[in-house]
Order: sequence, then structure tokens, then C-alpha cells
Amino acid sequence: MAVGDAHPLQHLTGDNLSVQRPCRAAVTLLIAVALGACSGRQSALDPAGEEASQVAQLFWVMTLGGALIWAGVIALALYASRWKPHAVSDKAAGRLILWAGAVFPVTVLTALLTYGLWLMPSLRPFAQQQAASLTIDITGNQFWWHVVYRLPDGSEVVSANELRLPVGQRVEFALRSADMIHSFWIPPLGGKMDMIPGRTNRLSLMANRTGTFRGQCAEFCGTSHAWMALPTVVMPADQFEAWLIARKAPSPGLVADDAGARLFLGQKCGSCHRVQGIAAEGKAGPDLSHVGSRLSLGAGLLENDIENMARFVSHSGFLKPGSQMPFYLTLSETERSDLSRWLKGLQ
Amino acid sequence: MSDETASHHDKAAEEAQMRAVWATPGGWRYWTSVNNTQVGLWYGSAAFAFMLFAGLLALVVRAQLAVPENDLISANLYNQAFTLHGTVMMFLFAVPIFEAVAIFLLPSMLGARELPFPRLGAFGFWSFFIGGVFVCGSIFFGAAPSAGWFMYPPLATSEQAGIGADIWLLGLSFIEVASIAAAVELIVGIMKCRAPGMRVNLMPLFAWYLLIVAGMILFAFPPLIAGDLLFEMQRMFDWPFFDHTRGGDPLLWQHLFWIFGHPEVYIIFLPAIALLAMIIPTFAGRPIVGYSWIVLAAVGTGFLSFGLWVHHMFATGLPQISLAFFSAASTAVAIPTGVQIFVFIATMLAGRVVFSTPMLFAIGGLAIFVMGGLTGVMVALAPFDWQAHDTYFIVAHLHYVLIGGMLFPVFAGLYYYYPLIGGKHMSDRVGRFAFWMMFSGLNITFFPMHIAGLRGMPRRVYTYPADIGWDWLNLVSTMGAAVIGIGMFAVVVDVTLHRRNAPRGERNPWNAGTLEWLNEPEENWGVRSIPRIESRYPLWDQKTLAQEVNAGEWYLADAREGRRETLVTSVLDAEPEQVLRVGGTSYVTIVSAVTLGTVFVALTFKWWIVSLAAGIAFLCAVLWWLWTGTGEIPEKEEKDIGRGLSLPIYVSGVKSAGWWAMFITMTGDGTAFASLVFGYFFFWTIHADFTGGLAGPGMFWPLAALALFALSWGATLAAREFNRRGGIAYARILLLSGALLTLAASAAGLAGPWAHAMDPTAHVYPAIVWILVIWVAVHGALGFIMQLYCLARSLAGRLTARHDMDLHNVTLYWHFMLVTAGVTFIVVGLFPEAI
Repeated sequence: MAVGDAHPLQHLTGDNLSVQRPCRAAVTLLIAVALGACSGRQSALDPAGEEASQVAQLFWVMTLGGALIWAGVIALALYASRWKPHAVSDKAAGRLILWAGAVFPVTVLTALLTYGLWLMPSLRPFAQQQAASLTIDITGNQFWWHVVYRLPDGSEVVSANELRLPVGQRVEFALRSADMIHSFWIPPLGGKMDMIPGRTNRLSLMANRTGTFRGQCAEFCGTSHAWMALPTVVMPADQFEAWLIARKAPSPGLVADDAGARLFLGQKCGSCHRVQGIAAEGKAGPDLSHVGSRLSLGAGLLENDIENMARFVSHSGFLKPGSQMPFYLTLSETERSDLSRWLKGLQ
Repeated sequence: MSDETASHHDKAAEEAQMRAVWATPGGWRYWTSVNNTQVGLWYGSAAFAFMLFAGLLALVVRAQLAVPENDLISANLYNQAFTLHGTVMMFLFAVPIFEAVAIFLLPSMLGARELPFPRLGAFGFWSFFIGGVFVCGSIFFGAAPSAGWFMYPPLATSEQAGIGADIWLLGLSFIEVASIAAAVELIVGIMKCRAPGMRVNLMPLFAWYLLIVAGMILFAFPPLIAGDLLFEMQRMFDWPFFDHTRGGDPLLWQHLFWIFGHPEVYIIFLPAIALLAMIIPTFAGRPIVGYSWIVLAAVGTGFLSFGLWVHHMFATGLPQISLAFFSAASTAVAIPTGVQIFVFIATMLAGRVVFSTPMLFAIGGLAIFVMGGLTGVMVALAPFDWQAHDTYFIVAHLHYVLIGGMLFPVFAGLYYYYPLIGGKHMSDRVGRFAFWMMFSGLNITFFPMHIAGLRGMPRRVYTYPADIGWDWLNLVSTMGAAVIGIGMFAVVVDVTLHRRNAPRGERNPWNAGTLEWLNEPEENWGVRSIPRIESRYPLWDQKTLAQEVNAGEWYLADAREGRRETLVTSVLDAEPEQVLRVGGTSYVTIVSAVTLGTVFVALTFKWWIVSLAAGIAFLCAVLWWLWTGTGEIPEKEEKDIGRGLSLPIYVSGVKSAGWWAMFITMTGDGTAFASLVFGYFFFWTIHADFTGGLAGPGMFWPLAALALFALSWGATLAAREFNRRGGIAYARILLLSGALLTLAASAAGLAGPWAHAMDPTAHVYPAIVWILVIWVAVHGALGFIMQLYCLARSLAGRLTARHDMDLHNVTLYWHFMLVTAGVTFIVVGLFPEAI
């Protein structure tokens, strides 16, 4: 199930749909739809993490059991109302209530609950003392994510709107909010946890395969709640290390004496945004130190290229209604292109 | 003239007089009617209209989501549309439609003329209608609430929420008042107004369910009202209940909201099951199998539903032990639900089923509901809920539950009971067409949402990108919504157009066994005479009953005194106790609802003066209503109700309907108060020092206030006793001194936080102390008015040693007042000293 392989109808046009073998084709199509329906970079049923795998398994068990129970109840209801040859005795009907209405659900639910509760402590072991090699502080904002990697040596790397994780390592998250309630959720890795003003919620996740996924705020947090995504990249541990080390320093692409840099400071972008290596220490908006290397702009809103960078700078509140960032419509075409080229250069 | 013709003449005259007494007013005065037949119909039609409006909003929402990155409507309008869709469906349709059905059906089902407080019912309807129009209308001004139907702070307390949040809070508080009014009316009606002989174990299942549901409303709505109060105090006056920077906590709202919100689901679902419990035996042609099973299961569901609320908060980071407990409780509620479903299957199995249109909706609803119930069990398990919570999986789940467990049964009920409205049937063919459109439409709409949710689509997004795999799922959902719309449209056409030219049907077209089918749609009096009941299905088992009742051969067959009367019977065995005179046609209900509505609307726009003036007008209207319409001293002590039975007309104390109404209202009031006290201790548990280092109200003033309230309570109690023994002068003196003590007590209560300069905007501790003492002071003011009211009644000769109903009810109020004052002043005065 490849990432982005999302459109099951595309199988209709594929070569494998043979006209001569409609039956087989239909089966193939069904399987393709079923599998296609579960895949996707934001799918909880296409797991890439410990918690998500176990929950997906729990889901399939419950779905299968639920489907059987549903079919049984409906068949019985139809039998009772339409198909039965003659009425049964009151006594037999009473026995049905006892066994099918009371005893059966008690048994099934007890078993299911035991399974579900047994899963819980191992899924979210944040209550236990353990040496998580890495802690990541994530703070939800309207409508973006502030991300701080806390390394075991005490140093930290600040980023925003994108998450990088090492595969096979348990990572602990400290989740907070700067304004509204948000909810941190990367479905392929695990379930969600709310970010509540005044509280710190802890969650730990372990990715078990590499890939690019999409997280998204799950608690309605205002006008542009729909555009608060968190692209997530799970990398091999060594690449992740290298990536982190590179982020400790200013971007190698940073040209401090550039028209773009002058505009950035001149337009007071630095009062909201931080860029390592120049006098921009703002905290109200996302950190832009390495913005050019991110997968997306505006928390999953746009593809990261120079053109979109320019669009976002001038029209953020239009692209992302309710966004706190002002419109920069007064910038000339050249200024916009200078600024966005410079920002894109922050790799 | 033979004796027979003479008695025939008497009967005809009796009938004519009764028809005149119960007549519906004509012309525009029609709207001043308070009779349950009209009020029930208006209530139901209004709720249905609100449902159609919310359905249109849903179509707008679906149209916006049909394709990715759609710009059909703005993000802001979308957020208003989904918020209003949920709000209207829950508060203006799902709950009120059952109040409507119950008001319409219950009297005739119980063999009563009327519910005990018809004017209260009419007042509730007008409040609901005014509040509903206000809330719905807001979207046409772009001012509708937009923070989601559960209004989480801090989003909903922030300035971003705009006036919409106030409209939500105040408009719905007003509607909740109406719901509680209906609950009081229904509980007293079911407990005290059943036909003689209808012991509790012979009650129609609909009455059982409504009794349970009304009880649940009484304990579920007040926490929300308390929450609304805290919320609005924060929005209007910046009291920081949910602001973490000043000691508050946004989670308190979630607790209060869901302590209401989860029972709410069962408040909606149980009456729908109740309709099925009436419909299925009729079409199975036999009594229900397992009557005690289903009653116990319904009671069990009611109780359990109060222990589930945290499953809406599984992702808020609560300790795992709470999650495990609430997971267990949430799965457990499936057990009584299963019992109820199998009672229906067993009944069908043991009967011969006629597969009519109502049955089609019933079985179809069952199929949908069971599916929603099974996904409900899935999300009850915390680990799965961590994934599913706040996604389209939940949207799918809740729509399966509500459509299968509520909407389809309502349509089954509509097709089943429609002949009671005008004696005509709805069209079978249109009904079947509508059923198949809605049934297929809802599966096409909501089934794909399960998949969309699991593929990561969060709820409440106004749009989504194209490349995640949600696009075709959403397109299918939108097409399904259109199909549902077609089915709904067919029903609307059937109800509105078909009615005129359909032929009149028979009286009991389905050959049902319960009393409501005695009903004569053209008459307003409920039942011609009130029979003695010996069976759960009297029309099946008491063969000549219908004829005897309609011939006026049973109890209370006359309205000789020109008054609207119904029988009051004992709570358990339904033995006749009293002839209750109920209120008739009156303007006072509309005036009260309009003035109270003005208070809420004016508060929304912060028009303080208007609000105050309307509040005073409301108080005057209510006092006028009580003064002229209640506790009237009858011209004779007893009335002969036929068959050698004579009953008192005036009863006071625990046997009277008014006493029960007071008791039930104050139970709801006490629940709201308990929610505020819960808030106090909630803040205490989340903070190491919950006073924030600020001064408390001290011990002196709270204890002084408590002592004064206790004295005032004693004075009221003594006044009742002196009055009863004929010491009228002493009683009056005691009432007057009680009123003065009450003023002093309320002032002393407020003096505590005042004297210690507690600033409610500084921190949550002073704010919660203030809100508690203000709560007591407002109740003190009401107690003061009641004491003076009794004094005035005594001076006006409307309250005597024998006729002391008002004094009994006021004393009962004061029992609750004493508990409220006691808890408040011990908590605010002594608790900080004890820790």
C-alpha cells in the first residue's frame, strides 16, 4: 500500500481489468477497493507505528465481530417479522430475551473489554519511568505547530509545522497549547491527544517504518481548523541524527546580506518569526530558520516552492482564513520574489 | 317521555356542555389555547420545521464538502452551518419532538382529560418557539454560533466566537427552561393523572419511558444550565471560570457539558424506543413479551447514561484508570440496549406481524441503530477511540445512532399516530417510497464516513486537500445526502398536501390495544369519560370499554360547573384521590414567554435596561398567573364523579399536584446548584492552593447568613402549622418576619465576599464564591416573594386554614432553600478553614 496510492477507482482503468474474466476482475476490484480504502498517508488503518498497528488490529477484530452480530440480529428481526412460518410460544420468546438480549452481550462485551483494557498500558507507557531518548515539545497555535526537539544532552532544536522522527525509537511528546484546544494526531502512528491551555499532556509514540505521513489537528480550533496539518517524516535513525545536527546551526543557505533578508527585517517579519543567524527572534509565528527545506508551507497548506511562498506572504489570511498573519499586499512583485527566493533558500 | 329518552337527553346536554368547556378558542385567539391537543401539535410542527431547517443546513455542509478545496461557502459560514445544524437537531428537534409527542399523546394514553398544568405546557412551547426562532434566525445575519455544538472554551469564550456564542448560551438556556417545564408537567402527569386502576405495572410502556426520560431531563439539563451560567459570566463580566491564567480550567466546561450531553443521547433515544414499544405490539397483534424486562432495561439505561460522560473526553489526557472505568461503563450500556431490542424481536416472534409502513420504519430503524450501536461499542474502548475520536468515524457513528434510534422511530410514530391528528391516514405508497429513499440515502451518506474517518479525516473541517483519499468518499456522501433530502421532501408533501383530500379513516385503524385510540380527533376533551382500567391493553381485554367511555358511562362524564377537570389518582395504585381543576385558555402563558424571551434576547445584546424591565414584567405576569389561576378555593368541597364516587376538589400537601411540581422543580434546581458546588471542588482538586492566596469570605458573614436563613425557614414552617390550626394572625406575623429575616439573610450572605473585597475577575476562587452566594441570594429573593405572596393570599382570603396549598408548597420550597443555604455557607465559610 504505497503512500499516496489513494484513488481506488484508478484500478478501473488499469491493465489488470480483463473483459474476458469479469468474475476475477470483480474480485480483484473488490480487494483493490478494500485495500485502497484503507491506505493513505493519513490513514489509521495503514499503520506505521506501534500504537496504530495494535489499534488497527483491534479495529479489524471488532469490525468482523460487529458485522457478524449485525447480520445475526437483522436476520433474526426479519425472520421474526416476515419469514417465520408460525408464532413461537411466549416462553420461547422470553428465553430469547434472556439468552440473546442479556447473556450473549454480557459475555461478548466482557471479553472485548478485557482485550481493550489489556492493550491500554502497553500502548501508552508514558506513565512509566523510562528513558525516552528524545522528547519533543509541541505547542498548538491557531493554526500552526511549534515544535522543539529536546536532546538528551540538554540542547534543543526549534522548528515548526513539520515533524521528523527516528524509526524504531520511542519518542515522548509534551503537548501544550498557546490559545485554543487543539489535538495532536498522526493517524498512521497512533491515536490523538488533546492540547489544552494550562495543561501539559504527555504522549509517547514509536514509529516502526519509514515514510512520509500527515498529521492533523483533530479538535475544532477556529476558522482554519481545516488547514492545521502536520507533515511527518519518519527517517532511519542515523539520517535523523544528521538532520537534527544540521538544524542546530543556521541554514547554510542563509545569505544575511541579501535583498530578501533586508526586506524580511525591514517589514518587521522578525517580530513574529525567528530565523537563526539574523536578528529575528519573534515567537508569535512559526520558526522559519529552515523553512525552505520543509515539505509544505502554512502547516500542510501549500507545496513548498517559491511561487507559493510569495502567495503565502501576500495572501496568508485569504489562503488560511482567520490566520493571525497580516496581508503583505503592498509588496511589489520584485520584493515578493526577492523575499520568497531568500526564504526558500533557508534549506 | 320515557326514562330512557330523558337520560339520553341528559347525556346529550352533558356532552354539549363539556364540549363548550373544552372548546378551542376561535380566530386569532386560537393561539391562546393551552389544551394539550393544540399545544402538542404546535410543538411537534415547530420541532419538525426546525428539523427541516437543520436538514437544509446539512445539505449546505455536504455541498461544500462534495469536492476538495471547494469555495462554495466561506470557512466562517461553514463553521456556523455545522454548529447550527448540530445545535438545532439536538436542542430544537430531538428533545422537543418528544415533549411534543408526549404532550399530545399522554393524556389520552393515560385516560386523562389533560396534563395537570396545561398553561405550563403552553408556556414551555412559546418559550421553545421564541428561543428557537432567535437561535435559527442568527445565521441570516451571519451571527450564528460557530464554535461547534458543544462550545468548548477557550474558543467559545474568546472574542473570535462573537455574539454567536451569547446567542447559543442565552437562547438555549431559555429553551432548557422549556424542557424542564415539560419534564415537570410530564412527571406529575404520569404519576398522578392516570386512569383509575392503571397501577404502575399496567402503565403503557410509552408512559414508563417518558417518566424515565423526564426524570433524566431533571438531572441532566441543570448541569448544563449551571455551565451556561458560569460561561456567560465569563463572557459578559470576565469572571475567569475557564481561563487557566487566572485559576480556571477549560475542562470544567467539558465535564459539565457532557454530564448533560451523554444522558441527552438517551433522553433522545429512549422515547423513540418507547414509540416502537407501542407500535410493535400493535402490529404483532399481541401484548409485549417481557414487559418487566423492557422497563428494567430502560431504567438501567437511564441510570448508566449518567456514568458515561468521560468517553467524550478520552483524548483529554485523563488518568488511564478513569479511562478504564468509563470504557467499562460505556460498553455496559450496550447490555440494557440489547435487552430492549430483543424484547421487540421476541414480541414479533411470538406474534403475527402485519408489515405496515410504520413497521417498515421500525425495522429499518432497528437495522441502522444496531449498526450505530456496534460502532458505539467500538468507540467505547479507549484505545480505539484515541484514533476515532473527533473524526468522521464519529460523525458516521452518531448519525447511525440518531437516525436509526430516533429519526426512523419518529417517522414510524408519525405514520402510526397520524390518524389521531385529523382522523386521516398518511399515504402508504408515499411512505414506502420515502422509507426506501431515506434508508438507502442515509447508508450512502454515512457509511463512507466511517472510512473517511479512519483514513484520517477530522470532523468540522470546512474543506480538505485532494490528495489524501477523502475526495470520492465525500462525493458519495454528498450524493447520499441528496437522496435523503428527496425522501424527506416526499414526507413533507404527504403531511401538508395529502391531508386535505384523504378520506377519513376508522377510529382505531390498526386495531391497537391502548387507550389513546379511544381518542376522537374532533374533540378536545381527551376522553369522554374516564374509565377504570384492568389491563395493559384495555381495548383488547375490556371489550365494551370503548363504547362505555364514549357513551359517558364512566367517571367524570360532566363539566357541570363549567370548569376543565381531570382526575388525580394515587402514585402507585392509581386510586382516585381528587378532581383537579386545570387551567384553561389564557393570554398569560404567551405574555410570560414573551417577557422572559425578551430578558434573554436583551441580555444577548447587553441591553441592560430592557432586560431589567422585561424581567419585572415577567415577574408580574407570573404572579398574576399564579394569583388568578392556582390554588383557587372551590365553591364546594366535593364533586360526584359518577358510579357512586365523590372526590374532593381541593387538596393540599403531598397529595396535591402542585406540591409534586414544586418538589420536582426544586430537585432540578438542586441539581444545578450541586453542579456549581462540583465546580468549587473541581477547582480545589486541580490546584495546590485553590484560593490563589486570596482572601475568602471569612466565617462570620456566611454563618450569620446561614443562621438567618434557618430562622426564616423556621418561621415559614411555624406559619404553616399555626395557619392549619386556625392561628391566622400568628401565621401572618410569622410570614412577615420570615420575609424580613430572608432579606437580612441574603444581605448577610453577600456581605461575606463583599466585606473581604473579593474581586471575581481576579481569580477563579473569588468568582466561584461569588457565584454560590449570588445563587443563594437569588433563591432568597424568590423565597421572600413567596412568603409575601402567602401573606397577601391570606389577607385576601384566598388562603385559609383548610385551603392552605400555597403555604404547603412554599414550605417545601423553603426546605430546599435551607439545604442550599446550608451547603453554600458551610462550603464557602468553613471549608477554606478546614484545609
